Amino acid sequence: MNRIDARFEKLRRDNRRALIPYVTAGYPGPDATVPVLHAAVEAGADLLEVGMPFSDVMADGPVIQEACARALEQGTGLDQVLAMVAEFRRKDPATPIILMGYANPIERRGVARFCEEAAVAGVDGLLIVDCPADEAADMRAELARHDLHQIFLVAPTTTDARLKRAAELAGGFLYYVTVKGVTGAANLDTASLAPAIERIRAAAGVPIAVGFGIRTPEHAAAAAENADAVVIGSALVERLGRADSAAAAVETAREYLAPIRQAMDNTASSNTDVVSA
Amino acid sequence: MAEAAEKTATPTQLPDAGGHFGVFGGRFVSETLMAALEELEAAWRKYIADETFMARLDSDLAHFVGRPSPLYFAENLTRKMGGAKIVLKREDLNHTGAHKVNNTVGQALLAQAMGKQRVIAETGAGQHGVATATVAARLGMKCVVYMGSEDVKRQSVNVFRMKLLGAEVVSVEAGSKTLKDALNEAMRDWVTNVDDTFYVLGTVAGPHPYPAMVRDFNAVVGREARAQMLAEYGKLPEALVACVGGGSNAIGLFHPFIDDGDVAMYGVEAAGRGLSGHEHAASLCAGRIGVLHGSRTYLLDDDAGQIIDTHSVSAGLDYPGVGPEHAWLKDSGRAQYVGIDDEEALAAFHELTRSEGIMPALESAHAIAYGMKLAAERDPEEIVLVNLSGRGDKDINTVAELEGLTL
Repeated sequence: MNRIDARFEKLRRDNRRALIPYVTAGYPGPDATVPVLHAAVEAGADLLEVGMPFSDVMADGPVIQEACARALEQGTGLDQVLAMVAEFRRKDPATPIILMGYANPIERRGVARFCEEAAVAGVDGLLIVDCPADEAADMRAELARHDLHQIFLVAPTTTDARLKRAAELAGGFLYYVTVKGVTGAANLDTASLAPAIERIRAAAGVPIAVGFGIRTPEHAAAAAENADAVVIGSALVERLGRADSAAAAVETAREYLAPIRQAMDNTASSNTDVVSA
Repeated sequence: MAEAAEKTATPTQLPDAGGHFGVFGGRFVSETLMAALEELEAAWRKYIADETFMARLDSDLAHFVGRPSPLYFAENLTRKMGGAKIVLKREDLNHTGAHKVNNTVGQALLAQAMGKQRVIAETGAGQHGVATATVAARLGMKCVVYMGSEDVKRQSVNVFRMKLLGAEVVSVEAGSKTLKDALNEAMRDWVTNVDDTFYVLGTVAGPHPYPAMVRDFNAVVGREARAQMLAEYGKLPEALVACVGGGSNAIGLFHPFIDDGDVAMYGVEAAGRGLSGHEHAASLCAGRIGVLHGSRTYLLDDDAGQIIDTHSVSAGLDYPGVGPEHAWLKDSGRAQYVGIDDEEALAAFHELTRSEGIMPALESAHAIAYGMKLAAERDPEEIVLVNLSGRGDKDINTVAELEGLTL
């Protein structure tokens, strides 16, 4: 069984919402990523998103753009990202890892080769930001061959027809983008979240994660009231960027994520009837 | 002009419903942009079939842009080259000085019809930014133009023109600080402000429907040229030549000739400091197939798939991708793509200026340079039609600097 599915099954049994931190691989430095991932798990992360640096991150905001640029300058390409995942796996065989990135580096390597190498390294899912379901037909077969899930985004503007299609093709979970904008763009609009999640739940049988614009324990708690998982990206990456060593980055991740975990757990225990997926 | 009659000639049915030209094109964007692209595509299809809208567009092209642009027989240049006749399609005579305005007039009218009050654009050389700011001023729309900070420096005159027209110019510091980064930034603005904002993309790149829509708005160039050739020379040209950055002026000229199998087509890319190194912007001549800015096309990247910095003396050609229809024309063999380096383009800039009294944009000078070469190899009975896509006033600072002069 894919680790993502196993993890969400366990979360459901435990009546726990998933915390999914995102870090850009190789940022602030190549030596920080694996220790930060372990620290995130210790602080309460249930799944991990690892960003594959790309030169033209069209759907990301300034924080992740800067992180990608710095990571690329320091030589973090796909080889390094896969090596980091493999290194992480030696100590942590259970926490699911989703690689997030853009299509061109994967196409250059070859989709088949990349999927095989990702699976060997211990990757569980891929979120290719600029490869929506419409263009994913070629990739799907390769992903399936290696039991990798393709994670799709759903936006506030996603039409019912597109939502239905994403729900049909979704593996692992659906990722609901809470705001109109790029990553890290604005604050979560908690009021609009409940009806949006309800609409997706009506269409999809997989768990629903929410992300983009979640930066405080309060945001995370509000999101956890409705969704099955909460993704924290730019706000974490921004803080990691201020760390001047791998050790400092580890400390930053721990200090930032622990209160978020705490806030989510408080919410979950008072809303035991919400988890229905 | 025989404009209305020519519109019935549909040379090709591409792209398909998903925006694909063979394996190229498509819609490789984040889900966050999908609804906006679908809304845009629906509006575009609706209004290009709407007689009132098209009459307004034709009227604006005639009275605001100054269409049709003439064909000009470059007699002195032809004599010097000693071969085929060199005929120029004078897009430099359009209002704002380049072909770019054909597209911005169309897209701005579409924005207005869709009820969008704010337009945004990316620009390289500044020509598309100026053309967007111009139509925004006329239609009373708010306008924001994204421009790489490197290009802001190279094209200060156009930056000032945009400001005079009431546009806000945002200098983009990310990446290589050129056109590709401006395009990334414009996309980010669009996805954030999608309710009231129309993104006026300036070339035939990007996600569907932009490559097809921008082509259709620029195809007036080829439709006119085809009718003018028949009327004035009694035949079609033996060859078409146009410069290719993103490829909008070239596709505008080529498209109405695609079914005319005897008309050869040459797209001229910026070979910069030479195709053997990395300092060029020739994605079709020296690139590989990949995914950039929402479509599958030829592009310039390193072995890790990271998009690399390009170089050209002309800011408007300094782009690491190219429109997907050009990728398809290349692979299908219907068009050929060649490179002209910085020095050849500069020489052609001077040559046309001195021999014909026409100062071409440095972008267009690439097409002139190849047109001259091609004409020299061809018979005097033949005609080489070169798209003079823009005028060179904006480039005089660049040319002066390259020659060690300060103005």
